[in-house]
Amino acid sequence: MAAGKEIKSQIGSIKNTQKITSAMEMVAASKMRRAQERMVASQPYAKLIRRVVGHVAKANPEYRHDYMIERDVKRVGYIVVSSDRGLAGGLNVNMFKAVVKHARDWDQKGVGADFAAIGSKAGGFFRKRGGNLLAAKKGLGDAPEAQDLVGSVKVMLDAFDEGSLDRLYVVYNEFVNTMSQKPVVRQLLPLEAVEDESGGDEQPSPGDTQKSWDYLYEPDAKTLLDHLLVRYVESQVYQAVVENAACEQAARMIAMKNATDNAGDLIDDLQLVYNKARQAAITQEISEIVGGAAAV
Amino acid sequence: MATFQCDIVSAEKEIFSGNVEQLIAAGVAGDLGILRGHAPLLTELKPGPVRVIQESGEEELYYVTGGFLEVQPDVVSVLADTATRASDLDEAEAEQARQHALASLNEKQTELDYARASAELAEATAQLRTLQQLRRKGGRG
Repeated sequence: MAAGKEIKSQIGSIKNTQKITSAMEMVAASKMRRAQERMVASQPYAKLIRRVVGHVAKANPEYRHDYMIERDVKRVGYIVVSSDRGLAGGLNVNMFKAVVKHARDWDQKGVGADFAAIGSKAGGFFRKRGGNLLAAKKGLGDAPEAQDLVGSVKVMLDAFDEGSLDRLYVVYNEFVNTMSQKPVVRQLLPLEAVEDESGGDEQPSPGDTQKSWDYLYEPDAKTLLDHLLVRYVESQVYQAVVENAACEQAARMIAMKNATDNAGDLIDDLQLVYNKARQAAITQEISEIVGGAAAV
Repeated sequence: MATFQCDIVSAEKEIFSGNVEQLIAAGVAGDLGILRGHAPLLTELKPGPVRVIQESGEEELYYVTGGFLEVQPDVVSVLADTATRASDLDEAEAEQARQHALASLNEKQTELDYARASAELAEATAQLRTLQQLRRKGGRG
């Protein structure tokens, strides 16, 4: 019965693994709910500031902020938002693939890329793959705070200001629903003047009726736009981080659910093998006894 | 009276959304009253009260710690850093914060401390101002 014992211990170890994965699944499920709430709560601000900035981009301001001017692209920057921990299925890998593909498209036009990694997975990925990292931030935890991101965002904005970056993208996973997350690459800077997502709703754009209009600015256009646009970028990155956090938990929950199910299947299979082996051993013993008795 | 769409959000959540007749806020260059048809305007906000007068004549009073105000012909957006309903403010706490800020202002330490203290003072004063407005409204109604 040596084989039987081995199988028995294998079943035991798979059962232990199953306990862990099912515990992780439950933890992820409860964290996901909270992460989702956070994501929904910060959405109105991100949406509204996008609307405002969309208006600003359509306006005809006396002062053109650097962030509004489309320039020749010599180098692009990516803010890559990943999770801090693994065991979340293909979540991070799919996103890295999207970044690499996007960067390669630029590369073919002779445009290099710099990266800012948010989350330790992205940091590790670019260190291994050899991307040029300008900033890395990890350990944001389950409840990311906007001020934790200010540093990394500032590095990228400074690079943009200096002209060493001509375009800035944010890459993160979009929360479609619990079952599916989609990696997206979104352009942050320069602002896209004609945004499909800026309107969609009510207001008839003033640009239609009169060609050039502008805001009244208080205190003045420069100060105001400086603050507003920095705030805009920060809020979009923050929204990306919060959304990615919800994706992470959802992806982990699904991954762990699959792992638990697979462990169950494995145990069933092994149990069958074990029972067969046991039955075979018993049968053999009986036939040996019967054989022995007949010989006597 | 003509109304316009008004959205007030803070970084954490949506605070108010609806049709209003008038919106009164504290801009960096002074208090502003916005009615329908106001010229497009962008301004930063100081810590202070934001008052909206709704279609029904009802008033809502909020306290914001700063942010931006955007006016479009028929939609007004308030992007507050943080916003609270004025009735949720605690007067005793605000007064205490003001005293504390005043004290640290008088100690005159480094420039950074000074800047922080004066920001705190401005915030506490603005909270008290909001509360005063709230009380006046309560007295009138």
